Amino acid sequence: MTQSALTSTPSVGGGVSVGPRDSKSYRAFTWFNGTFLVLLCGFMLYPFVTVLAQSFSSAGAVKAGMVNVWPVGFNLTTYKVVIENDLFWSSYKNTVVYTLVGTTIAMVLTTLLAYVLARRALRGRNVLIGLAVFTMFFNGGLIPNYVLIQTLGLKNTMWAVVLPGAISVFNLLVMKSFFENMPTELEEAAQIDGLGWWGIFRRIVLPLSKAVIATMILFYSVAIWNDWFAAFLYLDKQELFPVTLYLRNMIAGASSTASQGAAASGSSTSEIAANIQAVTMILTIIPVLCIYPFVQRYFVSGIMLGSVKG
Amino acid sequence: MSAAHATGDVLGTSVQASSGGRVPSSVDGEDPGSKERPRARKIGWRHTLRRDWVLYAMALVPVLFLLVFRYVPMFGNIIAFRRFRAGGSIFGDEWVGMRYVELFLNDPNFWNVFGNTVILGGLTLIFCFPLPIVLALLLNEVRKTAFKRVIQSISYLPHFLSVVIVVGMLMQLLSLQGTVNQIIEAMGGEAIPFLQRAEWFRTVYVGSEVWQTVGWGTILYLAALTTVDASLYEAARIDGANRWRQTWHITLPGIRPTMITLLILNIGLFLNVGFEKVLLLYNPLTYATGDVVSTYLYRVGLVANNFSYATAIGLFQAIIGLVMILTANFVSRRVVGASLW
Repeated sequence: MTQSALTSTPSVGGGVSVGPRDSKSYRAFTWFNGTFLVLLCGFMLYPFVTVLAQSFSSAGAVKAGMVNVWPVGFNLTTYKVVIENDLFWSSYKNTVVYTLVGTTIAMVLTTLLAYVLARRALRGRNVLIGLAVFTMFFNGGLIPNYVLIQTLGLKNTMWAVVLPGAISVFNLLVMKSFFENMPTELEEAAQIDGLGWWGIFRRIVLPLSKAVIATMILFYSVAIWNDWFAAFLYLDKQELFPVTLYLRNMIAGASSTASQGAAASGSSTSEIAANIQAVTMILTIIPVLCIYPFVQRYFVSGIMLGSVKG
Repeated sequence: MSAAHATGDVLGTSVQASSGGRVPSSVDGEDPGSKERPRARKIGWRHTLRRDWVLYAMALVPVLFLLVFRYVPMFGNIIAFRRFRAGGSIFGDEWVGMRYVELFLNDPNFWNVFGNTVILGGLTLIFCFPLPIVLALLLNEVRKTAFKRVIQSISYLPHFLSVVIVVGMLMQLLSLQGTVNQIIEAMGGEAIPFLQRAEWFRTVYVGSEVWQTVGWGTILYLAALTTVDASLYEAARIDGANRWRQTWHITLPGIRPTMITLLILNIGLFLNVGFEKVLLLYNPLTYATGDVVSTYLYRVGLVANNFSYATAIGLFQAIIGLVMILTANFVSRRVVGASLW
């Protein structure tokens, strides 16, 4: 760290270099900064680590508060219990289905609209952009949305979970500015070769937009994967619940049984609940953790592109 | 692809040639109606539609989606002024005027939750707005790219968690046997039932909010930092500015537009304090500080089935939000010359 701090040319990252004069205090700062950031990471990771440790620990150890970063009484029985639970599996399957269907719909709608809005010469473009952007600042609110879903007959169907979020205006704007920044020469060349708008979109624009598409898929799928509220509002049948709602009910149920148990005596239900909760949480997080590293490098640049240009 | 071919077949070659053209481009010249070419603005709608119909067709479904799922609920707000009956029209059944508005303006519960919302929103703004800037500045000083990347990846991570998971984690960490209370007890204190105490609700909420958003918030600032002109630093160094002064006089002004944009957006979302998180986190014991406008209207509307009344509250909240964002944008345009639009 100190070596590079002494170099006099600024690094690409907009970084600042130092003259030799303040290098001593800067070295101290760098050291402090590094330590601080490492501690911060520990702070960020701690909740994950605890939950992971709890998921492998014995119920008694969790209940007694003995588990911190390392499993106590290591066993896999809780995983077995959760995985053998039919309701957990059907919820998990629902989440997967909702995520796949919802992300597909969202990607088709968002990409199409973003592509059209990126045509600077399109007539009525500003009206369409305004129509979309306005919804960022003003929305219908909980009750009118609820009434709409009810009126459309979407209650207790997966469409209530999957459809309403299909266009996120933020994602739309990020994609739009990505498309706007594409070199126009490519499209012009394609036009000369006789491609129409649809052909350009499919053959030129989409293949060149893998980065932004990957980012948007991550954003949409994570949003649907994590959502519980739409399901909570619109679904009454347990067999339609996504895993987040299953988990929410477990947490809500556990806290009420825990308080009841505290009133009566040490109940075994809340004992098991903490453990099962940990396992369910881990199983719910895992898919997100799995795709995250692969898409991460894309979304950083994607967000930058989208935001810097407004 | 097939659609593009169909264009050529049905409408003739001129359309195929011009269907790819931008409005001012010379491709227009091939069109029969090219007399209007010098006055490109006066091209009629019919012409535009014929040339760009593929684009409009592509936008059709997404725009319909926006109209149905975004704009219909907006107009649905009219039930704040009409009596809504279950199973009746989405826009209500008969006019009742300002009845529901008066009702909530005279509702002491409403003012209580409004106060909670303002405090919670204000605290969130105070902590969640500046901390990402600080973190971005610290990250920017890290020279080892690999180290920096690892820290960034870890700090983004909480952003990708479901509220349900975050609340579940909070409940475990803050339980009587949880880590936080273990630390308190190790230091000789007494365990605190954080989630059952109204006076702790705000701390718990804002703390978890910071944990979840601080890393993600740095992305935009780090992007902005890369655009600061490096020669400015050199000039400042020649003038004898130390690191701190360089940060103060060059880095911070350099990222000011980003700061302002995000501040305006944050102000606009001020009253929308994390509805879902509060709903999961609060309980009757913490209503005193935890209940916010959106959770109150959820209980009034969907639990107690008072749709029109709840809509009136929601509309009020949305209008305040809109006014705040417009004001913030106006003020910032006047004072610092930066604005969202």
